[in-house]
Amino acid sequence: MEVTIVGIKWDEILITGDPIILGSQIAILLTSLGIIGGLTYLKKWKWLWREWITTVDHKRIGIMYIVAAVLMFFRGGMDGLMMKAQTARPEMSILDSQHYNEVFTAHGVIMILFMAMPFLIGLMNVVIPLQIGARDVAFPQLNALSFWLFFSGAMLFNIAFVVGGAPDAGWTSYFPLAGKEFSPGIGNNYYAISLQIAGLGTLMTGINFIVTILKMRTKGMTLMRMPMFTWTTLITSVIIVAAFPIFTVALALMTFDRLYGTHFFTVAAGGSDMLWANLFWLWGHPEVYIVILPAFGMFSEIISTFSRKQLYGYKSMVVSIVAIAVLSMLVWVHHFYTMGSGALVNSFFSITTMMIAVPTGVKMFNWLFTMRKGRIKMTTAMLWSLAFVPNFVIGGVTGVMLAMGAADYQYHNTLFLVAHFHYVLIPGVVFAVFAGLYYWWPKMFGFMLNEKLGKWHFWLFVIGFNVTFMPMFFLGLNGAVRRAYTYSAESGFAPLFMLSAVGSVILAAGFAVFCYNIYWSIRYADRNISSDPWDARTLEWATSSPVQHYNFAKLPEVKSLDAFWYMKKNNEGITLKDEEIEEIHMPSNSGLPFLMCVAFGIVGFFLIFEWHLLAAVSTVLIIAGLIYRSFDYNDGYHIHKDEIRKTESTWKKMEGKVNNHVS
Amino acid sequence: MSANVNTSLPLEYQTEQSRMNILGFWIFLGAEIVLFATLFSVYGVLYKNYAGGPTHQDIFMMKEVMIQTVLLLTSSFTMGVAIWEMRRNNKKGLIGWFILTLLLGAGFLFMEINEFIHYIHEGATMQTSAFLSSLFVLLGTHGAHVTFGIFWATMVIIQIAKRGLTPVTARKTFIIGLYWHFLDVVWIFIFTFVYLKGMVL
Ligand code: HEM
Ligand SMILES: [Cu+2]
Repeated sequence: MEVTIVGIKWDEILITGDPIILGSQIAILLTSLGIIGGLTYLKKWKWLWREWITTVDHKRIGIMYIVAAVLMFFRGGMDGLMMKAQTARPEMSILDSQHYNEVFTAHGVIMILFMAMPFLIGLMNVVIPLQIGARDVAFPQLNALSFWLFFSGAMLFNIAFVVGGAPDAGWTSYFPLAGKEFSPGIGNNYYAISLQIAGLGTLMTGINFIVTILKMRTKGMTLMRMPMFTWTTLITSVIIVAAFPIFTVALALMTFDRLYGTHFFTVAAGGSDMLWANLFWLWGHPEVYIVILPAFGMFSEIISTFSRKQLYGYKSMVVSIVAIAVLSMLVWVHHFYTMGSGALVNSFFSITTMMIAVPTGVKMFNWLFTMRKGRIKMTTAMLWSLAFVPNFVIGGVTGVMLAMGAADYQYHNTLFLVAHFHYVLIPGVVFAVFAGLYYWWPKMFGFMLNEKLGKWHFWLFVIGFNVTFMPMFFLGLNGAVRRAYTYSAESGFAPLFMLSAVGSVILAAGFAVFCYNIYWSIRYADRNISSDPWDARTLEWATSSPVQHYNFAKLPEVKSLDAFWYMKKNNEGITLKDEEIEEIHMPSNSGLPFLMCVAFGIVGFFLIFEWHLLAAVSTVLIIAGLIYRSFDYNDGYHIHKDEIRKTESTWKKMEGKVNNHVS
Repeated sequence: MSANVNTSLPLEYQTEQSRMNILGFWIFLGAEIVLFATLFSVYGVLYKNYAGGPTHQDIFMMKEVMIQTVLLLTSSFTMGVAIWEMRRNNKKGLIGWFILTLLLGAGFLFMEINEFIHYIHEGATMQTSAFLSSLFVLLGTHGAHVTFGIFWATMVIIQIAKRGLTPVTARKTFIIGLYWHFLDVVWIFIFTFVYLKGMVL
C-alpha cells in the first residue's frame, strides 16, 4: 500500500540513470566530505560558527553573499557551457531535450536570482554603510536573516537536479507548461518554493537598506551629497519593496495551483495562464532594473575614481535613476507582445519601453563626460568599466529594436533575444561585479587582487563574451529559436553555433583566470598596502583595510560630494584625537538567522515533496524561532576605549610605510 | 546605536533604534499594500469565472459578514484606545484594551472560519472555480494576517506585563497597532469590493 502523505515514491527521490547527474552526485558527495573533513581536521568548526555563521557584521555578511554568488556563477556557468557544447554541432546528443530544458531553467534562475542579485547585494552590504559613514545597517540581525534565507532558497534550488527532479519550464515558468497538468513531477515545486524563501530575504534587504540610507547617514551627508552607489542602492531597494511582493503572490498562487489544486493559472475551471505571465513580468522587469541599477552605481564610483574627477552631471544621474525606476514598472508587457493584446496596448508599451533609453542614454553620456579630460588610470576595475560602455550600448540598441511591438513578432523567442539580454546582463551586471570586486577587494581583505592576472581575466572574458553572443544575434535573425536543444544540418546554423561555442570556452578560460587570481592573491599578494590604494573619493576609504568591525572610531563629517577626497585635499577630519575616542555600541552575534535558514529549508523541502503533514509539523520550527526572537532582549555590547585606541593606532602607524601598487 | 535618546518624544519614539524600527515597519506595510493590491487584481481578473460553480449570490451570507465587519472595525477602535492608554503611561489600561482588541479579533476569525466551513458545505471549495480560488486566497491571506497578529500581540502583552512600559515594549505595541489598523483598512476594501460588489452585481 502507498503511504499517502508521501506524494513521491521513495525510489524516485534520488535521480538515477544519467551519467552527468551521477557524476555530479559523486562530486557533490566528495566535495561535502572534503569540506567537513577539512574543517574538522583544521579544527575550524568553532571559528566558522563564531566568526561567520552567527555574524551580524554587514561586511562579513557581504563577503558571504559574494562567496555564495561566485559559487553560483560557477554552477550557472557550467550549465551555460553544457548548453553551448550541446548546440556546438547539429544533432548532438550530449543533452537530450528534457535535460536541455532543465539546464536552461537552472541556468536562468541561478544566474539572475542566485548569482547577480546576491553578488550585488553582497557588495552593497560591504560598501553602503561605510559609504554613508555608519557603523552597520539599521537592522543587523535582520540582515543576517536575509542572507540566510537567500542561502536556504539557493541550496534548495541547487539540489533539485539530484534529489527529486529539476524544474524544466524555463526561468519564466509559464503556465500552462509549469502547471501540474503538463509538469506532474515535483521538479517545478522547487521553483515555487525555493524562490519564495529567497525572495523573502530580498524583501527584507530592501527594507533594511532604505532605512539605513534614510536614517543612518553621517553628519553633513545630505541626500544630494550621497555617493552614486548609495543613490542607486536606495532606489533599487525601493524597487525591491514595490516589486517583490508581486512575485511573492505569484509564487504563492503557483504553489496553490500545483499543491492544492486551485485554478489561478490553469485553463480549466476559469483560470488564466496569461495572468501568470503578467504577474511574473510585473515583477520580472523591475527585477532586471534591480540588478542593473546598483551596477550603474558601481561604475559611477569607479569611473570617477580612476578619471580622477568628480562624477559629471550628478543631478542628472539622480534624476535618471528615479526616472528609470518609475518607467521600469510600466513596461512589463513588452515580454509578450505576441500574446495579442491589440495594437493600442502594444503601442503603449513600445513607447514606455523606448523611453527608458532616454535616461539610460543620459547616464552613458555622463560617464563619457566624466572621463573626458580626466587623467585615466587603466586599472583592471577601470578596464571593466570602459568595456561596459560599448558592450552595454549594443545590448541597449538591440533592446530598442525589440521594444517595437510590431517588429518583435519577428524577434520573439529567437536567439536574437537571448543575445540581447546577455549583452545587457553580462556587460551591465557581470562586468560591474568584477569591477567592483577588483575595486573593493583591498577594502574587504587588506590586499589587492593581482592586476596582471586581472588583465588576463578581463581580456579573455570580454573577447570570449563577444565571440559567444555576437553570433547569436545573427542566428536569431536567421530564425534559430531559443530553448531548442538542437537543429538540423540543413538549417545552415552550424558555423555560427560553432563559433559561439568556441567563444564560450574563451569566456570560461577568463573565469578560470579569475579563480586563479583569487587563489594567487590570497597566497602571495602584498599585505603591506595603503588603506586607500586607489586614491579614492568616498568615505569607505577613510578607514582601515580590512575594516575594523566598528567601521569608524569617530564618525566622519561630510562637507561636500566626494567627501573623502575633500578631506584629503583640505586635510580635514582625517586625524583622530585621543579625547574624541568614545565607547562604541555594537550588536551581538546571533545563531538564530542560521537556524531559521535550516527551519525554512526543512519546511521548504517537505512542501516541495508535497509531504504536507511533515511540512505543517515542521512549521513549528519557524514559529519557535519567531517566538524566541520576540523575547530576545539582547541589546548588544560596548567596545572599550582601550581596544579602539589600540586598533586605531595600529593601522594608522602602518600607513606611513606602505607599498604603492598603482601608478 | 542606542545612543541618540530623545525623551521629549513619546516613549515609543525615544531611541534612534525605535525610530528606525517604526520607519522600517511603515515600509514593510508599503510592501504589504503591494501584496494585497496584487491579490485584489487577481481577484479582479478572475471574479466572474464561476466555471459552472456557485456564484457570489449563491454563497455570501451578508448578515454574518456585517457582524465580522463590526467586530473588526471595533477592534481597530479599541486598539486606538490601547495606544492612547499607553501614551498616558497606564499599563493596566493598555493591557485591558489590548486584550479586548484581541478578543474582538478572535471573534472575527471565528466567524470567518465558520464562513469558510459554510462555503465548503455548499460545495464551494478553493478547487471549484477560479473565482473561488481567488476568493479563498484573498480572504485567507487577510485571515492569516489576523491570526498572526493575535499570536504576535499575545507575546507582546506578556512582555509588557513582565517588563512594564519601556521604550522597547512601547515600540513593539505601537508597531502592532499600525499592523492592526492596516488589516482593518484591507478589510474595508474586501468588504466593499468583494462582498458589496458581489451582492449587487
Ligand atoms: C557566463 C556565460 C554564459 C553563457 C555561456 C550563457 C549561455 C546561455 C545559453 C546557451 C542560454 C540558452 C539559450 C537557449 O534558449 O537555448 C542562456 C539562457 C539564459 N541566460 Fe545565460 N549564459 C551566460 C551567462 C548568463 C548570465 C550572467 C546571466 C544573468 C545574469 C544569464 C541569464 C540567462 C537567462 C535568464 C537565460 C534564459 C533561460 C530561459 O530560457 O529560461 N546568462 N544562457
Ligand atoms: Cu522587460
